Amino acid sequence: MSSSIETLRRMANDIARNFEAMGHGDAVMATADHIKKFWDPRMRQMIFDDDHAKLDRTAREAIEHLQAGGNPQAQTRATKFNLVDEVGRSDAG
Amino acid sequence: MGYERQKDFGTPESRSTDKVTLTIDGRTVTVPAGTSVMRAASESGGKIPKLCATDNMAAFGSCRMCLVEIEGAKGTPASCTTPVAEGMVVHTQTPRLERLRRGVMELYISDHPLDCLTCSANNDCELQEEAANVGLRDVRYGYEGDNHLALATDHSNPYFDFDPSKCIVCSRCVRACNEVQGTFALTVDGRGFASMISAGQDDDNFLSSECVSCGACVQACPTATLREKSVKAIGLPERAVVTTCAYCGVGCTFRAEMRGEQLVRMIPWKDGKANRGHSCVKGRFAYGYANHKDRILNPMLRDSIDQPWRIVTWEEALSYTADKLNEIKAKHGPRALGGITSSRCTDEETYLVQKLVRGVFGTNNVDTCARVCHSPTGYGLKTTFGTSAGTQDFDSVMDADVMMVIGANPTDAHPVFASRMKRRLRQGAKLIVIDPRRIDLVRTPHIEAACHLPVRPGTNVAVLTSLAHVIVTEGLVNEAFVRERCDWDEFQDWARFVSDERHSPEFLEPVTGVPAADLRAAARLYATGGNGAIYYGLGVTEHSQGSSAVIAIANLAMATGNIGRPGVGVNPLRGQNNVQGSCDMGSFPHELPGYRHISDDDVRTSFEKDWGVELDPEPGLRINNMLDAACDGAFRAIYIQGEDILQSDPNTQHVAAGLKAMELVIVHDLFLNETANYAHVFLPGSTFLEKDGTFINAERRIQPVRKVMEPAAGYADWEVTQLLANAMGANWNYTHPSEIIDEIARLTPTFAGFNWEKLLEIGSVQWPVNEQFPEGSPVMHVNGFVRGKGKFVVTEYIPTDEKTGPRYPLLLTTGRILTQYNVGAQTRRTGNVVWHEEDLLEMHPSDAENRGLKSGDYARLASRTGETTLRVLVTDRVAPGVVYTTFHHPSTQANVVTTEYSDWATNCPEYKVTAVQVTPSNGPSEWQQVYAERSDRSRRIASDEAMEPAE
Repeated sequence: MSSSIETLRRMANDIARNFEAMGHGDAVMATADHIKKFWDPRMRQMIFDDDHAKLDRTAREAIEHLQAGGNPQAQTRATKFNLVDEVGRSDAG
Repeated sequence: MGYERQKDFGTPESRSTDKVTLTIDGRTVTVPAGTSVMRAASESGGKIPKLCATDNMAAFGSCRMCLVEIEGAKGTPASCTTPVAEGMVVHTQTPRLERLRRGVMELYISDHPLDCLTCSANNDCELQEEAANVGLRDVRYGYEGDNHLALATDHSNPYFDFDPSKCIVCSRCVRACNEVQGTFALTVDGRGFASMISAGQDDDNFLSSECVSCGACVQACPTATLREKSVKAIGLPERAVVTTCAYCGVGCTFRAEMRGEQLVRMIPWKDGKANRGHSCVKGRFAYGYANHKDRILNPMLRDSIDQPWRIVTWEEALSYTADKLNEIKAKHGPRALGGITSSRCTDEETYLVQKLVRGVFGTNNVDTCARVCHSPTGYGLKTTFGTSAGTQDFDSVMDADVMMVIGANPTDAHPVFASRMKRRLRQGAKLIVIDPRRIDLVRTPHIEAACHLPVRPGTNVAVLTSLAHVIVTEGLVNEAFVRERCDWDEFQDWARFVSDERHSPEFLEPVTGVPAADLRAAARLYATGGNGAIYYGLGVTEHSQGSSAVIAIANLAMATGNIGRPGVGVNPLRGQNNVQGSCDMGSFPHELPGYRHISDDDVRTSFEKDWGVELDPEPGLRINNMLDAACDGAFRAIYIQGEDILQSDPNTQHVAAGLKAMELVIVHDLFLNETANYAHVFLPGSTFLEKDGTFINAERRIQPVRKVMEPAAGYADWEVTQLLANAMGANWNYTHPSEIIDEIARLTPTFAGFNWEKLLEIGSVQWPVNEQFPEGSPVMHVNGFVRGKGKFVVTEYIPTDEKTGPRYPLLLTTGRILTQYNVGAQTRRTGNVVWHEEDLLEMHPSDAENRGLKSGDYARLASRTGETTLRVLVTDRVAPGVVYTTFHHPSTQANVVTTEYSDWATNCPEYKVTAVQVTPSNGPSEWQQVYAERSDRSRRIASDEAMEPAE
């Protein structure tokens, strides 16, 4: 059974691996963007405080970018949400 | 005027746009070309007698009651089989017709019981009606001849009886089973006087036959031959209210036929846009759970989960709960609280739960069961198309030429829609099935899939990429479409990627298990066969690359130009009756209603102003993250409405650990479900018959849910949520769900035109409904993608971390069946138990033989997460190396073996890929026995009276 931090590391690495096809630089930003939009603050803090050497390269750089205060723009349409008066952009499951 | 059946026009509507004018009994009538004379008469205020005709089936022309005289035509043609012609002059009543009809009726009645007054069809019988209409006064043949009156009734089906003594062999039931349902279970056995309706072979009754109990034959039967047991027991209904089914994402609409506050039966509503007058066994018959003895009607409390429950008043339950929540919030902060909205409850109820969590608890820790089913659809389609809203409506399937069904089993999970698919397939459309199992749709009466690709669980993205490889390298791309509607540069990057040799079907065959030739054939068929529509389900989403698979599907549809018109599209078969609605209402932790991120200041401000509170700007926890945080002690209280996470979520032991670690678990449900084993507060819920509100189905169609009886526990679910909010200090004062709808419309542009009165008037509307689309929008992306160009996204195949090995050499995949619905909370408490009493493990003969197992044997199913025991069913529907089971019974606990792996983007659990080993066993595993004991103990309810000794 994985502990919470092991789960978070796995999740961060999975996200990064699936963005790899975008090229390294974009993958780092897309991973950071994803984590900023979908992870709650405690999860983010846990991974900031963790030993970053346990993460794959892209995930590590994304985490460090966020930890340094980075706030990436939407890197894919998945993280582009409706503005207050906009319609569409549903991500209903 | 008492109870009235919905009008039956006799034969189906014609879709032609040409008009024809004729004269019927002196009335001038104009109807579409192709309409039958019978229907034309019916549409213009007349009524030609009929017995074998009904308007959801093609005309049959056997009963000879509907004869008419047409000027210039010989004899007396049947009006059901005669199409209208320009200038035709029809007489529906003449002395000759009168004699002929009476003669036919005499023959029918000479072999029919005369017990009208005590028959369950009295006043609801077409034979009785037509005998009256044709003026039958006596039967000159007498009643002493041979007859069928002594035939015994077949009571085998739990919901309806078949009484052949009353049958007039009109064949409506047979045709309903053929044309409407597509199961072909019934036939007319014998000829002439010996004709009898038969459900199968000589020794078959309805239960043992292939009948799926959809009720289409019962609805079609004009006499009491096929009749609901509930009508026999109760009597005829007095009124009917149109409402929406609370089972699956098709969203069938029914007439709830009532006598007082008692539900007599549910009849499919012919004008239902989703179901068009058809139903399945669940919506039609399985509503008995609402009155089941397990239903809890009082709030209950307990201080710890080892104690029995204590029945309390609503006031005590709510004030205890509110105090405890406030206490935990004060001590640990608002982010220690959270909630789960229900995809079975109405939109208004879901909206209130997320309002409670955000506005009263003060956190965004709210989530819904879409997490575990179609959340990858949301992510994947939004990435490629800009929105995850389903692109088509269900009717669109009738224009498809090629259907590709991936990871879905529609005949079991979306039966009413599957009947429509089958109808189109019987008309000649082609079928491709991509599924590890040979699902029923692959080979079913009059239908055979052109290709079945038995993909190895976990390799979807590889298969989809190799389909793309074939389409690109063989020049089958619809370049005009791509240039016009998609980003061309991204397309080229993607095309280059998929064209690589390592994505060819031949190269990937050892990985996917799909023969290259079959895969190439499937790709060519989809790309060149005409309108290509993809229908997919949880076999695509419940994987560690679920979102990537959805993206890959969208790529295929874009590359072949199969978007933006009827008959094509990417169609996720959404599961729950209101999962679409619950997402639309902002149930996800990262967004407010209307798909707007919580961190957006403008959005948040608009809600803060309306709600009068400050909102947390940070995303909250998803369900699986809530459980992790609970184990860490950071998440301590949860309000769960209408969901059973202990049975439905993966890795049961981890879910149990998470729930156990929480200080306060509030379960708001109809029954003491598995999650309630770990609950401290139980709030009794209400069924879909006990409240007004709306559901939104997979077509984005908003449909009304009507209250036909008072809530058995005293309050509808939305009222309970309001009471809890107010007990915590909020000041809500909704008096009816229409007021909640007004608030939703005020705050959400997608629903700006949403209004309860208007909805009741028009019946249903597909969102977006606002100034731009006042009547809603059936098909999306008609002139281009609604949010800019379609984007091709490269999806690299990344094998799941869940690998088979010597210890766990088989792959387990899971699914559902027709008669049980998900965790079975409702269906296990109805007559449906007669069909699926236990979950079985389907296993290929070679795997079974290697282990010395045969059908019916107990087997131990183990993964590195846990183990359980269940009985085996040996079948070649699964490939060697793959086993399959369902998750309907808590005693089996199938989720004890599923893993903590999930989709990279949405955390949708990887239910479909678990490495397992199967070995013979003597009986239930230790975990199951312990669990069963604990469940029983946890369900004890303390009674008020002290127990006296027996002496």
